[in-house]
Amino acid sequence: MQPFTKLEGVAAPLPLVNIDTDMIIPKQYLKTIKRTGLGKGLFAELRLDEKGNPNPDFVLNKPAYKDAQILVTGENFGCGSSREHAPWALLDFGIRCVIATSFADIFYNNCFQNGILPIVVKPDDLEKLMDDAGRGANARLTIDLESQTISGPDGGTIRFDIDPNRKHRLLNGLDDIGLTLEKAPKIADYETKLADARPWA
Amino acid sequence: MNTRNAPPKTLYDKIFDDHVVDRQDDGTCLLYIDRHLVHEVTSPQAFEGLRLTGRKVRAPHKTLAVVDHNIPTSDRSLPNPDPESATQIATLAENTRDFGIEYFNEFDRRQGIVHIVGPEQGFTLPGTTIVCGDSHTSTHGAFGALAHGIGTSEVEHVLATQTLIQKKAKNMRVTVDGKLPDGVTAKDIILAIIGEIGTAGGTGSVLEYAGEAVRGLSMEGRMTICNMSIEGGARAGIIAPDETTFAYIKDRPRAPKDAAWDAARRYWETLFSEEGAHFDREVKLDAAKLPPIVTWGTSPEDVVSVQGVVPNPDDIEDENVRAAKRRALQYMGLTAGTKITDIKLDRIFIGSCTNGRIEDLRAVAQVIGDRKVHADVSAMIVPGSGLVKAQAEAEGLDKIFKAAGFDWREPGCSMCLGMNPDRLSPEERCAATSNRNFEGRQGFKGRTHLVSPQMAAAAAVAGRFVDIREWGL
Repeated sequence: MQPFTKLEGVAAPLPLVNIDTDMIIPKQYLKTIKRTGLGKGLFAELRLDEKGNPNPDFVLNKPAYKDAQILVTGENFGCGSSREHAPWALLDFGIRCVIATSFADIFYNNCFQNGILPIVVKPDDLEKLMDDAGRGANARLTIDLESQTISGPDGGTIRFDIDPNRKHRLLNGLDDIGLTLEKAPKIADYETKLADARPWA
Repeated sequence: MNTRNAPPKTLYDKIFDDHVVDRQDDGTCLLYIDRHLVHEVTSPQAFEGLRLTGRKVRAPHKTLAVVDHNIPTSDRSLPNPDPESATQIATLAENTRDFGIEYFNEFDRRQGIVHIVGPEQGFTLPGTTIVCGDSHTSTHGAFGALAHGIGTSEVEHVLATQTLIQKKAKNMRVTVDGKLPDGVTAKDIILAIIGEIGTAGGTGSVLEYAGEAVRGLSMEGRMTICNMSIEGGARAGIIAPDETTFAYIKDRPRAPKDAAWDAARRYWETLFSEEGAHFDREVKLDAAKLPPIVTWGTSPEDVVSVQGVVPNPDDIEDENVRAAKRRALQYMGLTAGTKITDIKLDRIFIGSCTNGRIEDLRAVAQVIGDRKVHADVSAMIVPGSGLVKAQAEAEGLDKIFKAAGFDWREPGCSMCLGMNPDRLSPEERCAATSNRNFEGRQGFKGRTHLVSPQMAAAAAVAGRFVDIREWGL
């Protein structure tokens, strides 16, 4: 997994609440057996019209945001399905960071598996960031995971919270499975105890 | 088991604690996973990951695979019309064969929606941890199991290690007391709960359902409730097991037998939230006051009584929420103030992991009787599994459905998510027994109203929503 340390980039504003995983990546893109190439389906039903042409009104189609790496959006982002295709699509499109007032649990978790940083901010801070993002390519944000800060174009800084364990794994791009397999003897011990205590399980 | 002087535990606390393999100082735990369900859409990349790293599946016998999401629900003897879908299914067959996992393919009579198959087989048991790369894994919580959806990276993690990295969630309890009125169902209870707490109300929590109305439900009804926990933001929903639970499980193919059954039951009987256990949040609802519910918008929280009208978003104070609800009304092609019973329908979808079980089909048959599907409506019934289909046919329900003009299909997820050919055309309006009314969920620009099976059946006959209570069934 690609580590996440510091990111400076354009932030696209998407001021909608409850953006669900079906909006992030519609079902017709889920038939792949690969993790890559899903960017073409990102927000497809918002980004593209019925004929597959770009909808000029959608934020990520506007020239100022074509290189956006950060998404600033409303509460409960990523609600709905467990499809990891949602973060895969964001990543493939070039989005490495999503900022919102809240996230759905499974989506939030899936981001960390893919080197994407989901940041929870307070409503007042979101309003400020949404304004910044609205200023397009001139308003770049800098995200520093180590110091847990978002720096805006006007010099203002917002601090955010993150679970230290998740932060460590993201900063170093660590593979969860590799780390867990180091605990294989503990898993084996548990299985021995389980066979005794709850053999039917 | 609780020990003297230890604080009282919730049901969730007990199951979580019994599955901790390792606990770090910051509270991050390695949780043992007893049961893993796998389907074709969220697993290929996980198996690919195992191959790339040369890792094995740690406990293949604790994993069960079934095809459900993208399989056509038409005649199974015909070739799959979609090459991508066929590839995904073939990939699951290959992966399960290579890694030694039991697989119910499209020709197996036990095939069906993963969350219907697990309970049917007795794979789902109280006190176990169950995961699947699907958010409706919360369904299995109806048995007093800790069950939730995971992403594909976690699917790979569970395959390789039989564990998951977890932090303890918060405890939340919804108590539904009172007796459900006739015509009001488990589906209406859960829609009312989501309307009450909102679609993010359960985020970060495990939702325990309790109270007289929940205790009075069959396992099918309890599964309907737990299934939609995720629509209230909770990854897991849970109900303490009782005699109803044990009776459902007994003699299922994978349920413990004889002495193992007795031992299991003794453990299962300890699975309840103790008096005085701490809940971070409590919500109470009176079942006796619940009406049949219809969703009007594009979030499962957009609920209204069948006797109500489409609400006016202008009345909402929060600017962002107001914008979202205006957008929902526009998407749904509805006008504020329209009576719900004046909304006409083009399609009816009965099925899904929410309401595709035998009890749901019996309820539909009872509503239909010798009535006919309205001339302007196209209606389909998709049994949740091959075994549900066989049972329905043994009871003659299929004859009632077909005589009424319903399309009686092969089992699968079907039009709940429209990954197969079953989907809505733009602007088609559908009454669905499934779980999500998101934009585009059932088809590009399709319009979904979530309801109970009884309400969907009555809507099929009337061509518009009707208050099922007025039919006096």
